[in-house]
Amino acid sequence: MLTKRIIPCLDIKDGRTVKGTNFVALRDAGDPVELAARYAEEGADELVFLDISATHEGRTTLIDLVRKVGEVINIPFSVGGGINSKDIVYDILQNGADKVSVNSSAIARPALIEEIAYAYGVQCVICAIDAKFVEGSWKVHTHGGRKNVGLDLFEWARQAESLGAGEILFTSMDHDGTKEGYAIEALKQMNDMLSIPVIASGGAGKREDFLEVLDNDIAQAALAASVFHYQEIKIPELKTYLKENGISVRI
Amino acid sequence: MIAIIDYNAGNTRSVINAIERLGFHPVLTAEPEQILQADKVILPGVGHASSAMEELDKRNLIEVVRKVQKPFLGVCLGMQIMLEHSEEGDTPCLGLLPGSVLKFESKSEKIPHMGWNTVTHTDEAMWKGINAGGYFYFVHSYFVPKSEFTTATTDYILPFSAGIKKDNFNGVQFHPEKSATIGEQLLMNFLKENK
Repeated sequence: MLTKRIIPCLDIKDGRTVKGTNFVALRDAGDPVELAARYAEEGADELVFLDISATHEGRTTLIDLVRKVGEVINIPFSVGGGINSKDIVYDILQNGADKVSVNSSAIARPALIEEIAYAYGVQCVICAIDAKFVEGSWKVHTHGGRKNVGLDLFEWARQAESLGAGEILFTSMDHDGTKEGYAIEALKQMNDMLSIPVIASGGAGKREDFLEVLDNDIAQAALAASVFHYQEIKIPELKTYLKENGISVRI
Repeated sequence: MIAIIDYNAGNTRSVINAIERLGFHPVLTAEPEQILQADKVILPGVGHASSAMEELDKRNLIEVVRKVQKPFLGVCLGMQIMLEHSEEGDTPCLGLLPGSVLKFESKSEKIPHMGWNTVTHTDEAMWKGINAGGYFYFVHSYFVPKSEFTTATTDYILPFSAGIKKDNFNGVQFHPEKSATIGEQLLMNFLKENK
């Protein structure tokens, strides 16, 4: 039986893992290669790397980091942040990553999703979407949450799917960093609407939050950062808890 | 010598990394002689069947792959194109095994089949020491139907071939290079196999 995935997310800035609250107030969370190795060892199902400095501070190369991570870990990982051409995707994959995530560049030029999917397959493209609930509807935001691009979350997710995205990584910026649980209703609506897998992101604070989002087909995977980085939740214990509560997980 | 066929497949580095972690030194090559002289040959692959076949053709490797007599392992798309045909792009493939690769169809299940799933397997040497029901990492939208050449089975939407074997040609649908220690065990079994 296909299991639900637990995905630690490593936000990278200048080669270090960082974590903020509501996309600001960054603090250091350690060496990404060491963290990645620890997560793989502990039973994480996949890892997500996001170079959060890429969009608004100019792209710094992640390639060295990708190569080091690829040499060390034996589970899949994706890399995102500033990916705006399939040539960059080539470099990232050739250094050992399995997937890329696209965000603001795909909003600016949706054909990017199509180009990557054609060259490397739909399984290779995660469309990451950051959204906030603004005046009664979910609006897509970019630039670390500073810019409302005027797109409806669900419309953009549907378009990304039809362009060839293999997964949607939806981060609720209202929930991110709050540790009060995922954006359950929006995730449920998105998951019912799409035929590709949905990764829930933003808001994980306790193990019950993971159970809530992985139960009842609300998402196929749950992503979190700080609760794992600071070891507030340990992956083996989380998975045992999920299994005891009827969720299919890899232990 | 372990040859990994160099044809621009997206997961090539991952496969090399996994094999190097096991202590081997694979050679990435598109040279026919090197491929045919190798003790083990691995065909990685992700993406479209048609673009994979084009890339092999561009390097004049289609006939070379067909001539390989040593243990051969196709991974993911590298396994799918071992068959005669793929529905993906209506693509004629290598024909190392009979049959066609089909597209998953489901209204209720997510496609691609993405994530960790259980595998049940036969007693083939490649599966030695691997518990029935162990988890491997899959990512694919097309599948190889079950046949007399199936050595391992996974159930998603329907039971399909997670592993195949005909003579020296082996294939796995999942990514052993990304399937944690159980995947490493399978790669090790293949690399140690001596026929």
